[in-house]
Amino acid sequence: MAQIKFQRLSSASPTFWMLVLAHVGVVAAGLGAALFMETNGHRVTGMTNQIVWGTPHVFAVFLIVSASGALNVASVSSVFSRLAYKPFARLSGILAISLLAGGLAVLVLDLGRPDRLLVAMTTYNFRSIFAWNIYLYTGFMAIVVAYLFSMMDRRVSKMTAVNKTFGWAAFSWRLILTTGTGSIFGFLVARDAVSGGVMAPLFIASSLVYGLAFTVLVLLMMSIETHETLCTREMISKFRGLLIIFSLTVLFLTAILHVSKIYAAPTRAVEAFILLDGGVYPLVFWGGQVFLGNILPLLMLAYMPRAHSKRNTLGLASILFLVGGLAQMYVVIIGTQAFPLNIFPGYEVSSTFGDGAINAYSPSLPEILLGLSGISIAMLIATAAFRLLPFLPHGVPVDAHGVAQEAEEAMAEAGAAA
Amino acid sequence: MSSCSGDDEKAGMDRRGLLQSAGAFAATMLAPGVTLYAFGGGEAEALQARPADQPASPKQRWGMLIDLNKCSTGCNACVTACKDYNGWQDTGRADIDPQWIRKVTLKDPQTGVERSAPVMCQHCASPPCVDVCPTGASMKRADGIVLVNKHICIGCRYCMMACPFKARSFIHEDETGQKVNNPSGKGTVEGCTLCVDRVDAGQRPACVEACAKEGGALIFGDLKDPQSEISQALRKLPSTKLRADLGVDPGVQYANLT
Ligand code: SF4
Ligand code: SF4
Repeated sequence: MAQIKFQRLSSASPTFWMLVLAHVGVVAAGLGAALFMETNGHRVTGMTNQIVWGTPHVFAVFLIVSASGALNVASVSSVFSRLAYKPFARLSGILAISLLAGGLAVLVLDLGRPDRLLVAMTTYNFRSIFAWNIYLYTGFMAIVVAYLFSMMDRRVSKMTAVNKTFGWAAFSWRLILTTGTGSIFGFLVARDAVSGGVMAPLFIASSLVYGLAFTVLVLLMMSIETHETLCTREMISKFRGLLIIFSLTVLFLTAILHVSKIYAAPTRAVEAFILLDGGVYPLVFWGGQVFLGNILPLLMLAYMPRAHSKRNTLGLASILFLVGGLAQMYVVIIGTQAFPLNIFPGYEVSSTFGDGAINAYSPSLPEILLGLSGISIAMLIATAAFRLLPFLPHGVPVDAHGVAQEAEEAMAEAGAAA
Repeated sequence: MSSCSGDDEKAGMDRRGLLQSAGAFAATMLAPGVTLYAFGGGEAEALQARPADQPASPKQRWGMLIDLNKCSTGCNACVTACKDYNGWQDTGRADIDPQWIRKVTLKDPQTGVERSAPVMCQHCASPPCVDVCPTGASMKRADGIVLVNKHICIGCRYCMMACPFKARSFIHEDETGQKVNNPSGKGTVEGCTLCVDRVDAGQRPACVEACAKEGGALIFGDLKDPQSEISQALRKLPSTKLRADLGVDPGVQYANLT
C-alpha cells in the first residue's frame, strides 16, 4: 500500500499569526460575553421566555453537526478504501474533534448555570436525548482519537484491520451522533415546524455538506500556509462532486420536510409562516438557506471554470455552504420558536405571555460573540494540533487517476512528534 | 428527590386507605350534586397531609379541573394568588417575566364568543419536559406533580422547548426576597408546582383557594380516588385535556371548552 508523507505546520508567516490573533481575539470576546451573560443573567441577551434558544444555539448546533460531517473524508478513505482521500484522513479527524469542542463550548457557556457543568456530567437522565448526546459527543471524541492513533502510530498504522475497525467505529458513531442531534429537534412533539422523523436524515445530509466545506476551507488555507498544493486538482473535482451530491440531498430532504408539513392541515400555518409570511424567517430560508447556501454554490460548482480559479471557486462555494448552514439552523431553531404554540386549536388566543402572538427575537451582541467564538475555538484547536503533530499531508504526488503514489516512510515523524 | 423513589408504592398504602375512607365518608355525607358544587364555596373535601417521613404515593394523582363556564374574563385572582404565594417577580420586561399561571383569552373565530382560561403546568403523566431534561432536574413525583429540582437544573431550557403548553419560565436576572417555598434563582427554570408544599400539608393550591372566593372554577384533588371531588365532578362535566392528540396526558382538565 502506498505510504503517504505527513508534516507539521511550521509556518510563521505574518498572515498566519494575524489569523491566530484574530481567533484569539474572538475567543476572548466570546468568553467575555459569556461572563457578561452569566453575571447579569440572560436578560442582556435577545432570548426571552418565548425564544428560549437563541443565536448561541444556532452556532453550537451548526458546529456539532459540522463536526460529524468533517469526519467524512476519513470515513471515505478507511471505510470505503478510497486511497485518494487517505492523505486528508488525519486532518479530517482532528477537524471533527475541534468543531465538536467548539460547538460544545458554546452550548455549555450559554447554560443558565454553566458552573453546574459537573452536575451535567455526573447526573444523567437516561431518557433524555440530550443526555444521550453528551455520551455520543464524548464517545465520538474518544473514538476519533483512537482512530487518529491507529492512523498515526508507526506500528498500528500498518495493521490495516485495526485501522479499518476504528474507521468503521468512527463512521457508525458519527451517523448515530448526527441522528441524535437531529432528534433533539425531532423529539419536540409540540413544535410543529420540526417534530418528526425526517429531521435526523436531514441533519446527516447537512452535516456532510458543512463538514466537507470546513475540510475544504482548512485544506485551502493550509495550502497557503505550507506553500504546497494540498488540495490537488483531482481532489478538487472529487470534493466538488461530493459537495454537489450532498447539497442536492439537503435540498431534497428539506423539500420533503416542508411538503409533508404543508400536506398535513395542522402544520400548514407554521409552514406558511416559515415559507411565506413570517417576516425575517422566509427571507433567511429562501435567501439564506436555499439560494445563498445551496443554489448559488451548486451553480458555481456545476459551472466551475477550468484551471487555476477552480480552487477559489471551491473555496467560495464552501463559504456559501457554511453561510447556508447557519441560515438553516436559524430557521430551524429560532423560526420554530417564533411561531406560537398551538395550545387551543381552533381558537384565536391572546395573553400576557405571548400566546397566539409571533414572538420577537433579535440577536444581541453577546450572543453573536459567544456563537462566533465557537468557530474560533475550533480553528484554534485545529491549528494547535497541526503545529504539534503531523496531521497535514506533505508532497502528495497524484497521478492522472488521482491515486496517491508511493512515498517514503513518514511515520517516523509521528513518532518523533509524539 | 426522595419523593420520586420506587418505595413510594408501599409507603403510600396506608395513607391511601385513610384517604379512601375519608373520601367515602365525604361521599356519603354529601349528595353528589352538593359535592360537585361545594368546592366553589370553599367547603371542599378535606385533604390529607403527607407525613414528613413518607414519600409521595403513586396511589394518588393530583390534578385539577377548570370549569370555563365559571371563569370570567376579567378575573385574575388565581394568577395574583400564585404570584403572591410563590413569589415570582416582575422584571420590568414582559418578555422575560416569569409566569407560572396566566389567563389566556380564547375567541371562537366563528361565533366571536370570548372566554378565558387559566393555563399553568398541566402536570402531564408523560411529561416531555421530564423526558428531555439532561440532568433529571425536571421530575415527576410519584403522585403526578411535576417539579424542577433547582439544585441540579443547569438552565439548558430544553424542557421549555419541549413543553407543549409554555408552562415554564427561565429566570433571566438576579432576584431578591424569594419565598421560602420557592427558592427561585437566576439561570434556572421553574413552573407551577401545584403548590406542592401546601398539598403535602393537606391544603389546596393557592390559586384554587383564591378562585373559590371568586367564580369557583378550579377543583383540585386526587384523580385516582373515584370518590374525590374532582373525580365526581369529572364524571358529570364533559371535560377536555389540552392537546390530547399529543398523548402527554395532562393532569389538568378543562370543562366547557367548546
Ligand atoms: S405542562 Fe409542560 S412543564 Fe408541565 S408537565 Fe407538561 S410538559 Fe412538563
Ligand atoms: S432547564 Fe433545568 S429542568 Fe429544564 S431541561 Fe434543562 S436542566 Fe432540566
